[in-house]
Amino acid sequence: MASAVLFASAAWAADTIHVGVSLSMTGPGASLGIPERNAVALLPKQIGGANVEYTVLDDATDTTRAVANMRKLIEGGADVIVGSTVTPGSLAMVNVAGEQKIPVISLAASARLIEPMDAARHWAFKTPQNDSLMADAVADYMTAHGVKSIAFIGFNDAYGDGWLEETQRAMAAKSIKVTNVERFARTDTSVTGQVLKVMSSKPDAVLIAGAGTPAALPQKTLHERGYKGAIYQTHGVANLDFIRVGGKDVEGTILPAGPVLVASQLPDSAPSKKVGLAFIHDYEAANGAGSVSTFGAHAYDAGLILQYALPIALKSAKPGTPEFRSALRDAIEGAHELVVTQGVMDMSPTNHNGFDTRARVMVEIKDGGWKLLP
Amino acid sequence: MDADIALILLQDGVVNGAVYALLALSLVLVFSVTRVILIPQGEFVAYGALTYAALDAGKVPGSIWMLGLLGVAACLAGLWSMRHHASRGAVLRLLAGTLLLPAVVIGVTLLLAGRAIGVAGEAVLTVLIVAPMAPYLYDIAFKPLAEASVLTLLIAAVGTHLALMGVGLVLFGPEGFRATAFSDAVLSIGSQTIQGQSIWVVASTATTMLALYLFFGFTLFGKALHATAVNRLGARLVGISTALSGRIAFGLAGVIGAMGGILVAPLTTVYYDSGFLIGLKGFVAAIVGGMVSYPLAALAAVLVGVVESFSTFWASAFKEVIVFTVILPVLLVRSLRSPVAEDEE
Repeated sequence: MASAVLFASAAWAADTIHVGVSLSMTGPGASLGIPERNAVALLPKQIGGANVEYTVLDDATDTTRAVANMRKLIEGGADVIVGSTVTPGSLAMVNVAGEQKIPVISLAASARLIEPMDAARHWAFKTPQNDSLMADAVADYMTAHGVKSIAFIGFNDAYGDGWLEETQRAMAAKSIKVTNVERFARTDTSVTGQVLKVMSSKPDAVLIAGAGTPAALPQKTLHERGYKGAIYQTHGVANLDFIRVGGKDVEGTILPAGPVLVASQLPDSAPSKKVGLAFIHDYEAANGAGSVSTFGAHAYDAGLILQYALPIALKSAKPGTPEFRSALRDAIEGAHELVVTQGVMDMSPTNHNGFDTRARVMVEIKDGGWKLLP
Repeated sequence: MDADIALILLQDGVVNGAVYALLALSLVLVFSVTRVILIPQGEFVAYGALTYAALDAGKVPGSIWMLGLLGVAACLAGLWSMRHHASRGAVLRLLAGTLLLPAVVIGVTLLLAGRAIGVAGEAVLTVLIVAPMAPYLYDIAFKPLAEASVLTLLIAAVGTHLALMGVGLVLFGPEGFRATAFSDAVLSIGSQTIQGQSIWVVASTATTMLALYLFFGFTLFGKALHATAVNRLGARLVGISTALSGRIAFGLAGVIGAMGGILVAPLTTVYYDSGFLIGLKGFVAAIVGGMVSYPLAALAAVLVGVVESFSTFWASAFKEVIVFTVILPVLLVRSLRSPVAEDEE
């Protein structure tokens, strides 16, 4: 209701662009959604001479709520939608985007949001890297370091499923054997059974596919049981809470991540370094030192896309019209060599993520921090 | 699978089972005295674990403000319920129990947080912060409904659970916390290693069971609770206050829940919403015990832990399914043996 009133009162101003944001600020996605909301708060209130109004709603990591939020935002006159945080809600929102012909920029990771291209996905973009890009990076690194076999311990949900699929594909391509596949739940209090089974298959390395602090549990158990091999994690653990919870047990962990995680260590030639450092500076100025998270960067990147595309769309149409939404979509799709905190985007009609290998680095956890690997 | 792995899994299962046993005991206790199926029991565990982890990290736990708030609410609820027949003594007791106690606990916590008060100090403080919430909740949410049907009480319990979980997110944030272990000692027996923490968990559970046994068998309050559990009306006729019994039962549940949380915190990462699943497994065990038998519930809890541990080894993707399927044959047997048990009272 409040948002509708907000929109109505602002509607008289001719050039006001409405950005509707729906994030998972409570529920299982909260540890991602909260930094995303903090990053949205950093986005500029004026772009290309027009005022920008952000309306942020919480979908409680619930697919139905995500769709309801999106419809509410569209009724309130949104020109573009940002969200949601996790894949299931975002997938449902993509369908609404196709039906209502409004561009949506998702902050969820799954490639299914933008592939295969169809009428609905025509309107959908996403800022996080595809899992396949990250899985390939892990496979390349393993090949270079003589890993011949791995065991997989993954979340018992969409995140684990996505990574399992990509891992099996990427490892098969490099002829690395996946010795066994174990699953665990975010709320599990013990993973001893999985770890024992993994260790009995004697892999060269273990890949743990979990997001956030729950991914520390298998690693702690592996150490308790005396596992000495290499441990790989996914970019889902790239926040400091993971190191806080994991402590000394996660030292030496290797993971793929977006460059913003180690922005200060990047060579000056790296394209994302400058914008990444700017994001970290702004975020920490607003939320305290050491608070930055790569999940926030995904929302910030959505803002960077808008800062690039909105001025172009403003030239050909007025905000609040279907023509404007269509022009905005075309402008986003036309983004070429757009530098964001997580890499460089090269959008095309068939690729609505646009990242290449410049959007990932390999990182090691060392002395309670992230260290860029060459 | 060889004998070594089986022994490790067994050990892991027994440790988890011991925590479930604590929860099963308090569920049985609260149900038999007040007929409330205490769904929020899991939240006491999560609050206990997160409060302990915060104290362990030298921070002021957010739960103290929750304690203060609940105390004020319980005070208002108490004043309202005695609005027709307030005696000075009763009001003073109410004020001391609902306002003075939280104020003292909050003050002590603010004073001691960040100082090295040792594991025992942190544990005691955690119990002092979390446990009183349970009787306050009883006064606020359940006492006014004391004569309602089991279903109404269950609905109130679900509501309390959802409210506590939401508040938990605000108090502790979305990220998980883990405390350091009580001791880093590792015991080696043959090829087996036993973590010091595991011994703590099992020993604490055993001690709690013994204490409960002594409490029910040899103290006046314990016998009063027991009498209320056997026959509420009869207990009232002989002068036992059912409201006081309910408060004591909830208080014990709060203490046991907070203890469970303290024991779990060093074993795993706990989140604001972790409690529910742990509580649900305690509930499975309590059901196996028919919601009345303590020894059966405790045994069943250990069994649930062991089944869980072995199913993670054989079929990790189906672990929860297997654990919760265990309840089906039990329900079947029970319903065949006592087909009229569903009737109220």
